[in-house]
Amino acid sequence: MKLKGKVWKFGSDVDTDAIIPARYLTTTNPDELAKHCMEDADPEFPNKVKPGDIIVAEKNFGCGSSREHAPIAIKASGVSCVIAHSFARIFYRNAFNMGLPILECPDAVSVTETGDELEVNLDTGEIINLTKNKRFKAIPIPPFMQELIQAGGLIPYVMKNLGGDS
Amino acid sequence: MGMTITEKIITAHTDRENVKPGEIVECKIDLALANDITAPLSIETFEKSGATRVFDPAKIALVPDHFAPNKDIHSAIQCQMMREFAYKHNLELYFEIGRMGIEHALLPEQGLVLPGDMVIGADSHTCTYGALGAFSTGVGSTDLAAAWITGRIWFKVPGSLKFVYSGKLKPWVSGKDLILYTIGQIGVDGARYCAMEFTGETVKQLSMDDRFTMANMAIEAGAKNGIFVPDEITEEYVKARARRNYTLYDSDPDAEYEEVYEFDVSDLEPQVALPHLPENVNPVSEIPEIRIDQVVIGSCTNGRLSDLRVAAEVLKGKKVDRRVRCIIIPATQNIYKEALEEGLIETFIDAQAIVSTPTCGPCLGGHMGILAPGERAVATTNRNFKGRMGHPSSEVYLASPAVAAASAILGKIGSPEEL
Repeated sequence: MKLKGKVWKFGSDVDTDAIIPARYLTTTNPDELAKHCMEDADPEFPNKVKPGDIIVAEKNFGCGSSREHAPIAIKASGVSCVIAHSFARIFYRNAFNMGLPILECPDAVSVTETGDELEVNLDTGEIINLTKNKRFKAIPIPPFMQELIQAGGLIPYVMKNLGGDS
Repeated sequence: MGMTITEKIITAHTDRENVKPGEIVECKIDLALANDITAPLSIETFEKSGATRVFDPAKIALVPDHFAPNKDIHSAIQCQMMREFAYKHNLELYFEIGRMGIEHALLPEQGLVLPGDMVIGADSHTCTYGALGAFSTGVGSTDLAAAWITGRIWFKVPGSLKFVYSGKLKPWVSGKDLILYTIGQIGVDGARYCAMEFTGETVKQLSMDDRFTMANMAIEAGAKNGIFVPDEITEEYVKARARRNYTLYDSDPDAEYEEVYEFDVSDLEPQVALPHLPENVNPVSEIPEIRIDQVVIGSCTNGRLSDLRVAAEVLKGKKVDRRVRCIIIPATQNIYKEALEEGLIETFIDAQAIVSTPTCGPCLGGHMGILAPGERAVATTNRNFKGRMGHPSSEVYLASPAVAAASAILGKIGSPEEL
């Protein structure tokens, strides 16, 4: 699958409280959460972000809490994928489980700025910065996680395996 | 080749004879927990999956501690959803108000987590139980829901980082200072994806409460788990509480570590992490004069009895500065009661601090002490991210109970030595 979108660039250690502050965690409704997505990092973000936009960030994106509300808020805000130098581990798992595509690609992150246009091929991991006319290759997704994706996510994978046992 | 304690516990929960860092394994779990923020998502996922029963009603803990006692109608609905799920599936480990405590203080206190256990929780501070020599780590709500169905979870086996602490700690220096110092040294992603194994003569002298504090904040360095090899101090703690068998694991002398850090902490001062990352750590004597508006002593990091004892020792016979609001939160009902019996609560009230029922409350900016624009708090909690305790322009300074209590009296960040 190919995605194309405009970049919003963030720095290192974007924490889950910045992605979705705990004061809004009295709901699990994706649209409600999206209204406050990235609010403490950039108060205008929920108004500025357009469907298909791409978040690009430096190292350790999503550090902090285990709240799955973080990838839910990002996905519901219309962001099509997140590309970072690296991700915090719980966020990485949660993003997969929520169906938010995430890619690790330090080289792409270092040259990409807010406003750039990116094309991302989720199948090959190829990232093209159309504004700067540069191509990059993301770090491949671990094979076991590819199995999960092919099964349609963790829960379908688990239910299929349970069915096989009985 | 030898194995670390983390690798041994993971192996014991698989069908394999050994595991190596980087391998993907499926583990049986001994306990899966969630709170009133994360459980609702797990419940929705569980119900949508088509599953009808949980793998074992005795191994699922639900603790309404974050926004409980219910702070508003929305949080009341989340707690209600959790309660109804607990009753429907006959979950033995649901803790209503009155029995409830902050999950990571409550479950070890009740003997529900034991050495050698494999524990997952939909809360990032689940890593706390590593203090007991258990493998425990935080997961998201979907991973947790899958574990409710199967009793299993997949992991990438983490590599281990070994931290060796030597030297006798100075007065007022605690486990909180050791872990803040460590995060300051390695950074908030210094242990990303790894196990942090805490060792050395200094930690052998630490109380269980101090060890819980250290393991609790392993996530603040990005770790998958923090862990201590159990010893006599661990055994003394668990033998009074355990109602089932447990296994003590250690690390082999030839176990492999990705990195070994050696810290001589004999001259270590109390540490303070400045906003907005737990790695912005400075010795308290090097902090310039910073006036504060609030002090919070509590949380899954530092709301245990010995934390309250230290706070009371500092506050005894003194008064909280008139411009400061000092909020003290015993982490469980038992801790609250013991603090009452020891006269600590009276000391707090006499010092004009307030004492709250157990709750995570202010730590995550939930309730019970939210900061206004520009306000500053010294807190014994675990995160000082922007907006963590309230308005995005407020600030949180992380410190030990000793420094927090001293700061409450001084009206500025300072140590008990300054009183």
